[in-house]
Amino acid sequence: MSTMTAVPEVEAATKFVGTPKKVSTHVNQNEGLIFEKSSPGKKAYRLAELDVPAIDAKKLLGPALRTDLGAMPELSEIEIIRHFTRLSTWNYAIDLGMYPLGSCTMKYNGRVNEAVSRLEGIAEAHPYQPQALAQGCLQIMKTLEDALIEITGMDAITLQPAAGAHGEFTGILMVRAYHESRGNARRKIIVPDSAHGTNPATAAVVGYEVANLKSNAQGMVDLAELERMVDEDTAALMLTNPSTIGVFESDIHKIADILHAKGALLYMDGANMNALVGKTRPGDFGVDVMHLNLHKTFSTPHGGGGPGSGPVACKAILEPFLPKPIVVTEDDGSLALSFDRPQSVGRVRIFYGNFGMFVRALAYILANGPDGLRQTTEDAVLNANYLRAKLKNAFELPFQQPSLHEVVFSDKLQAKNGVKTGDMGKRLIDYGFHAYTVSFPLVVSGAMMIEPTESESREELDLLVDALKQIAREAAENPELVRTAPHSTRLQRLDETAAARKPVLRWRGQAETGLEVGTPAKEW
Amino acid sequence: MAYSAAYKYTKTHEWVCVEGLAGSVGITDYAQSSLGDIVFVELPKIGDKVQAGKNFGSVESVKAVSDLYAPVSGTVTEINEALNSAPETINADANLTWLYKFDVADAGELTSLATLLDASAYETFVSEETGH
Repeated sequence: MSTMTAVPEVEAATKFVGTPKKVSTHVNQNEGLIFEKSSPGKKAYRLAELDVPAIDAKKLLGPALRTDLGAMPELSEIEIIRHFTRLSTWNYAIDLGMYPLGSCTMKYNGRVNEAVSRLEGIAEAHPYQPQALAQGCLQIMKTLEDALIEITGMDAITLQPAAGAHGEFTGILMVRAYHESRGNARRKIIVPDSAHGTNPATAAVVGYEVANLKSNAQGMVDLAELERMVDEDTAALMLTNPSTIGVFESDIHKIADILHAKGALLYMDGANMNALVGKTRPGDFGVDVMHLNLHKTFSTPHGGGGPGSGPVACKAILEPFLPKPIVVTEDDGSLALSFDRPQSVGRVRIFYGNFGMFVRALAYILANGPDGLRQTTEDAVLNANYLRAKLKNAFELPFQQPSLHEVVFSDKLQAKNGVKTGDMGKRLIDYGFHAYTVSFPLVVSGAMMIEPTESESREELDLLVDALKQIAREAAENPELVRTAPHSTRLQRLDETAAARKPVLRWRGQAETGLEVGTPAKEW
Repeated sequence: MAYSAAYKYTKTHEWVCVEGLAGSVGITDYAQSSLGDIVFVELPKIGDKVQAGKNFGSVESVKAVSDLYAPVSGTVTEINEALNSAPETINADANLTWLYKFDVADAGELTSLATLLDASAYETFVSEETGH
């Protein structure tokens, strides 16, 4: 193999030459834990005088009465508000800047979603409301279901699962129920080595043996190898399309044919649907069951607790196994929840799933319309390819095929100077961006995975390009600066290894945490 | 780091050292360096029957969790319990840090050894895989 020794020529925009500057230093850089701020007797509430007969709790509860409440923080109302408001100023958020996190689709959460979900009839709806009085909510679910079925080209759907991995779990439970109904659950699920880690975990949790399918030199499914692996004991292949290197599996119909010939099913991880919506439909290219991530593709909040939502869509052959209840239309045209589902895998989530997210996703779909959704996909792909074109001289591009909504570089050029993908990701924080996805997918050594989404304007993309080019230059000229980043944050580089080997998960008073009191945060 | 000529190596980056009807298994220096700081090792249990080419445990680093595959079949006789509290030993010296020791019933079980790589073939394999 030829070795590249020349450092790539990288011109950096003058605005980023030198060390980036923060606007100001927060006055509250060293906010303590809420437990440390506590002092006995402080209260943030005052109850009205008791106007009903007092009850002796001890008599009522006997030995179950708890008198020692443990270490509960005691603070005044303004102290609580200031504490959490200060913490919130340390957050990075999509409303502050770009999250180029590949595979995560961190897109803008349109304000229209929030406006709609706060309408009184929706926000105040109760899950125990009688069906006759919840027709509006059921209509929202039905309309969203129909839209998602149309977008995916599938036949039926459940909105219950709470997020992507939960959707995978539900989908593979359905696969298992399907095979069991035919007399043999089968033993094996095939997962490519480029898959999200949740795929093999899902298969294992549902009781399947995981067979690892090695990608070919292009990072795609190796058809010959797949053909060799698929047998009558194979329950399904779990595939992400476009793959985790952002490339469309152009042989997807052949992949489906190989599986179907042996009675196996094709599961699609819908994590990368933002590259497909309005352009092609999994249902049309042979997928039998898939999940969607409303918090990725359909602009509901992602990260920070979401909550997520991972609907699972399937073909008619899997419909009997969907979780119950499902929304059905009665003869009189009204909507109802049907529990009469003898082959269902059961309920996978309390009530009906994360309903608030259905409202937001539907608002997104209706606000965009079919043409808008298609435009969204085109813009997401355009943005990723813009970054690819602008950065391909600064970073190694391990796969040359045209990419869709995300692009994977590697740290190969910078690693020669001892600068790894994680170092550059941390340095990106100094430039005001969230890091890209580091070290994933695993098929690329030192992966730097970038997904800008359609939300970013050219101006924002250029800021990211300039920052990354400047970092590439720093990696060549001053690698130590990048290896020790971040420098402008409240805390500097954390010891991730010690955190994993000896985690401190619970506050047990200052003496026991092993942390020094008043460790100076880096003022910068 | 030089790879011991006394060992045999897998393409999944485990090493095996066989003496008579017993042996020990570890991961290679290349494996530990590409994984980065190792934070947890999932070992088999004493008495487990491991099968050549099949999963026997996993190793977790700050980057990823990787499955481990047995180079040859056998019965686990000893596990390196010190790794539970000091997984970093693998990073310090992967070639000398065994994960488990095993016995085989007879030499017939060792035929799969012939399919494994010797030190120089493994080094070539690694350099092809990494491209440098």
